Amino acid sequence: MANKVYGSAAEALEGVLFDGMFIASGGFGLCGIPENLVAGIAAVGTKDITIASNNAGVDGFGLGVLLENRQVKKMISSYVGENAEFMRQYLSGELELEFNPQGTLAERMRAGGAGIPGFYTKTGVGTVIAEGKDHKDFPTGPDGAMETYIMENGIFADLSIVKAWKGDTAGNLIYRKTARNFNPNAATCGKICIAEVEEIVPVGSLDPDLIHTPGIYVNRIIQGEHEKRIEQRTVRAA
Amino acid sequence: MAWDRNQMAARAAQELEDGTYVNLGIGIPTLVSNYIPEGVDVTLQSENGMLGMGPFPTEDEIDADLINAGKQTITELDRTSYFSSADSFAMIRGGHIALSILGAMEVAENGDLANWMIPGKLVKGMGGAMDLVAGVKRVVVIMDHTNKKGETKLLKECTLPLTGAGVVDRIITGLGVFDVVEGGLKVVEIAEGVTLEQIEAATDATLEG
Repeated sequence: MANKVYGSAAEALEGVLFDGMFIASGGFGLCGIPENLVAGIAAVGTKDITIASNNAGVDGFGLGVLLENRQVKKMISSYVGENAEFMRQYLSGELELEFNPQGTLAERMRAGGAGIPGFYTKTGVGTVIAEGKDHKDFPTGPDGAMETYIMENGIFADLSIVKAWKGDTAGNLIYRKTARNFNPNAATCGKICIAEVEEIVPVGSLDPDLIHTPGIYVNRIIQGEHEKRIEQRTVRAA
Repeated sequence: MAWDRNQMAARAAQELEDGTYVNLGIGIPTLVSNYIPEGVDVTLQSENGMLGMGPFPTEDEIDADLINAGKQTITELDRTSYFSSADSFAMIRGGHIALSILGAMEVAENGDLANWMIPGKLVKGMGGAMDLVAGVKRVVVIMDHTNKKGETKLLKECTLPLTGAGVVDRIITGLGVFDVVEGGLKVVEIAEGVTLEQIEAATDATLEG
């Protein structure tokens, strides 16, 4: 079996980064983000990156670090409200932004990973999102009534970076709670996928029935320390 | 007296049907979960990838891996399941969620909804709102009847970029409850102490019967 385990983010990223590349990243807000790999990309300094990620991190953490370093040419995201540096660069024209509805972005990753170059969705019909996109009517109910859909493209990235809870040496991944989010979808749509996990375990120690991302999608895997920053700490009285 | 935010949320909670799966938006819609009627059991979906959203955690229960779509820490329930974003929006897009309750900046009499963008101002993004209004079976908007300048939010046509076209079924404001019907908005219910004249004066959309 090919060795997929690397010693650090820097080692795992060696040979896969280049200027102008397209990266798909997992994570929702700061939950389940590949924070070690992002820091590794920041350290290498790769430029003009296009990143498909639901959010853009916050100032000083997550993808926000790549923005501060001016490594990002374009973001494909559904929500970027938590990042002042992002807004500054976007409003000054330094950064391109393509808004995708959240479900459309997830499905674009899933479709790309499944070899599906385009799909039709109702999301965004009649809005600015639909402008310039192919429209087509389909019968979608038992009564044969027609509804209008728009075509969205699958995402085919150069590199996927994801974060899981546990992974084995064969690259099989298990996520934890809502830290799963975009990670399984992002993992499938890159030519190469690097996963960072909290714990690498020997093959055979994960229940094969409970694996979320089969190892075929994962080329390289590292174990990392995770800060797991919380954006909105909300509590009730004990 | 018009309904306050909590009274609006309590009224919106009456829209919940026993045994259904529901998505609540960020803001006033989140308050709806405080008023779920006795004997009504609903499962709340959080579009970042969870069915069966529980209450906020105690200090000891906080888990960075467990948040809702508003990025707030939450808890799980016995019935909870987790899934990927693609699966989450598959159940939304596939019409498996019965009801979405969300806020709005403007609603038009044909059911057009605008709630994600004000041109020239900071644009944060639509998140999952466009998917929710396109895919969920029934869309209920809960919002103030007028904006901070006192201008109506119930219009003949939306002026802001749309989140969805013809997607709203019912609107709950501080003044009452309105259904989107052929030809305009139908007044379904008037808040206690509010008159129809007050509603007419505060509404630009065509009011039907």
